[in-house]
Amino acid sequence: MTRVYRIEWVPGTDRLRGICHCGAAGEAHDPVSMWQWLLAHPAHPAPGDLRPGTA
Amino acid sequence: MAFVRNQWYVAAYSAEVGRALLARIILGEPLVLYRTSAGQPAALADRCVHRHFPLSASQLDGDTIVCGYHGFSYGPDGRCVAVPGQQRIPRTARVSAYPAAEQDSLVWVWIGDPERADPGLIPRAPWLDDAGYTTVRGMEPLAARYELLVDNLLDLSHETYLHGGYIGTPEVADTPISTEIDQEQRVIRVSRRMDNAACPPFYAQSTGIGGRIVRWQDIEYYPPCLYVLHSRVAPAGVLPRPDGTDPDGFHVEVVYAITPSTETSTYDFWAVARDFAPGDTDVSAFLHDSNRTVVLQDVEALNMLERVIAAEPPGTQELSINIDTGGLAARRMLARLAEESACLPAPVP
Ligand code: FES
Ligand SMILES: [Fe+2]
Repeated sequence: MTRVYRIEWVPGTDRLRGICHCGAAGEAHDPVSMWQWLLAHPAHPAPGDLRPGTA
Repeated sequence: MAFVRNQWYVAAYSAEVGRALLARIILGEPLVLYRTSAGQPAALADRCVHRHFPLSASQLDGDTIVCGYHGFSYGPDGRCVAVPGQQRIPRTARVSAYPAAEQDSLVWVWIGDPERADPGLIPRAPWLDDAGYTTVRGMEPLAARYELLVDNLLDLSHETYLHGGYIGTPEVADTPISTEIDQEQRVIRVSRRMDNAACPPFYAQSTGIGGRIVRWQDIEYYPPCLYVLHSRVAPAGVLPRPDGTDPDGFHVEVVYAITPSTETSTYDFWAVARDFAPGDTDVSAFLHDSNRTVVLQDVEALNMLERVIAAEPPGTQELSINIDTGGLAARRMLARLAEESACLPAPVP
């Protein structure tokens, strides 16, 4: 399996959707927390645990 | 961010490296480049061991550089082969030789531990040396840290504002992007697909398309040095054929090599390779002048930004929004590469 982490800009919204190579998917409102969530693989935090704004 | 060592960097275009000595500073290291009589690129430290005179200000005698101050002579491997007035050559008389490789009309040098230099790691830009493409190119020195150029190239929404009237149209900033970090291939991909966009002069004049266009921007960034923008334009509604061929599309490969020179200066190599109007000198001149203008708009903006950032207190916050997804991915991968390089164990002798 190739280790690809993807962030899509959800059409028609301002939200971002992150899709991990392991199949996990999550949403966030800013790219800093979206990358944080994705690259925490395999321990993707629960949605409420995202702290936006810290790189 | 620190420099990323133990990596290949573009030092020059092939055409720049010949029988004249060329000086370049890469990751803070002064280099002198030339081509041996056998045609191989050579890269040595640009400081004579004797009194540190720049070898780039010296003369080539065959494949030997003769220092322009007192005549220490160095072969392409950096070893001193003659010193003035005496027979004995001190054992420590050598300058560092940098692994160098030539590929796709680019001369790459390895900055780091020479034992680790594997030419197989050099990312490819085959269009620059392909008879099916016509290429224009240039290099602009940037008085800014390389990270600012990475940020700039990974977020093309700035085309709409900084390059309006050249390559920017409203759709670029308004179209959502998809971004990938591929950790195996060590590449970052940012893709923006515009189905129905205004055609900026850069493409209208070079392709002759009159109306609205399909415009695809697919970026691949191979950190730290190589950036490729695969650009496809076609009249609105015209897509690649189901079998994958694309005879009705116009393809432009926009290649940048981002080579840090000092902490606050960068070589901005740029090339535009197209698969249409082959050899057409008017189209070439137009694309060259337009792209150079665009690059200089970036250079002016980034030089100004460098002065602003350099004056800021440490820890000054930025604000990132959706358009920054690609730039943030690049920063993360660069940080990771810098860390990996710093942690490398010493090579096995
Ligand atoms: S400085 Fe080069 S020979 Fe003296
Ligand atoms: Fe995961």
